[in-house]
Amino acid sequence: MLDWISQPWPWYVAGPLISVVMFLMLYFGKKFGVSSNLRTMCSMVGAGKVSEFFRFNWKEDIWNLVFVLGGLIGGYIAKEYLSVSESVGISEATIIQLKALGIENPGSTYLPESIFTWEALSTPKYALMLIIGGVLVGFGTRYAGGCTSGHAISGLSNLQWPSLIAVIGFFIGGLIMTHFILPFLLTT
Amino acid sequence: MKFMKYLFTGILFGIVLTKAEVISWYRIYEMFSFQSFHMYGVIGSAVLLGVVITQSIKHFKLKSIEGEPIKVESKFPDFWRYLIGGTCFGLGWAMTGACPGPMFILVGYGASVFGLVILSAMFGTFLYGVLRKHLPH
Repeated sequence: MLDWISQPWPWYVAGPLISVVMFLMLYFGKKFGVSSNLRTMCSMVGAGKVSEFFRFNWKEDIWNLVFVLGGLIGGYIAKEYLSVSESVGISEATIIQLKALGIENPGSTYLPESIFTWEALSTPKYALMLIIGGVLVGFGTRYAGGCTSGHAISGLSNLQWPSLIAVIGFFIGGLIMTHFILPFLLTT
Repeated sequence: MKFMKYLFTGILFGIVLTKAEVISWYRIYEMFSFQSFHMYGVIGSAVLLGVVITQSIKHFKLKSIEGEPIKVESKFPDFWRYLIGGTCFGLGWAMTGACPGPMFILVGYGASVFGLVILSAMFGTFLYGVLRKHLPH
């Protein structure tokens, strides 16, 4: 059993388990939407002084902060106790393509170490990737009213048009970044 | 104590996304390059079962743990906010390889530099809050 758990989980195990998470949150009388936490956290640190958008009783959303805290703990448990390897089973085509873009040993760990470490931040373009990327996610998700959990999973499950438009937007942005901006960023 | 159920559900969420490599930048790059079925399988099967669950909740008027009818929230029928906001989100998602859930999970995974990405995302949300009256929705 533990042998099987410590292997990477296939999509047909992970996908349905994500639906179970969504169901549990609905069953608890809440919703499955992670990005609302960013607004709650802004409110907690006093953003309400600047914009009425952050003037609400954030204490009512503590349940969602507890949920992401759980996510963080889950990431730790999965890595420390439920994994034998840190490699990622990406396709051969992806490995070849990323090598051509100058990434060393693509897929040998979960993240390219040349980009996602504190040391890498001394390279301005990588620091900008993390900061601008983060800003785009935070800005875009609130503008669109949800992220992957709220729109792609909960919203599409509810068969609503707004979420389909948002997911199409996710892909427009993702394709532009992956095919036009990242190749330029990684090779210059 | 009433928060424990959210904590455990979150832990399940974190374990699943880590074990299925969804939190890996490589998997997001691969998805947007259409070079593997993996991410499409994860999201697709989650939505497929999600549709069954959500429609069943509505059809059978299921009740929550507190005995209230479960409410499934609907989004406003706007257009531009979803398209433009979604596109901004997609740009950031492909750049950092992380949407909001994985940002937190990755910190637990040991990639503490994602703390900076979370702070940046908070700032992005703050920008939206300040600018939203001037943005098309």
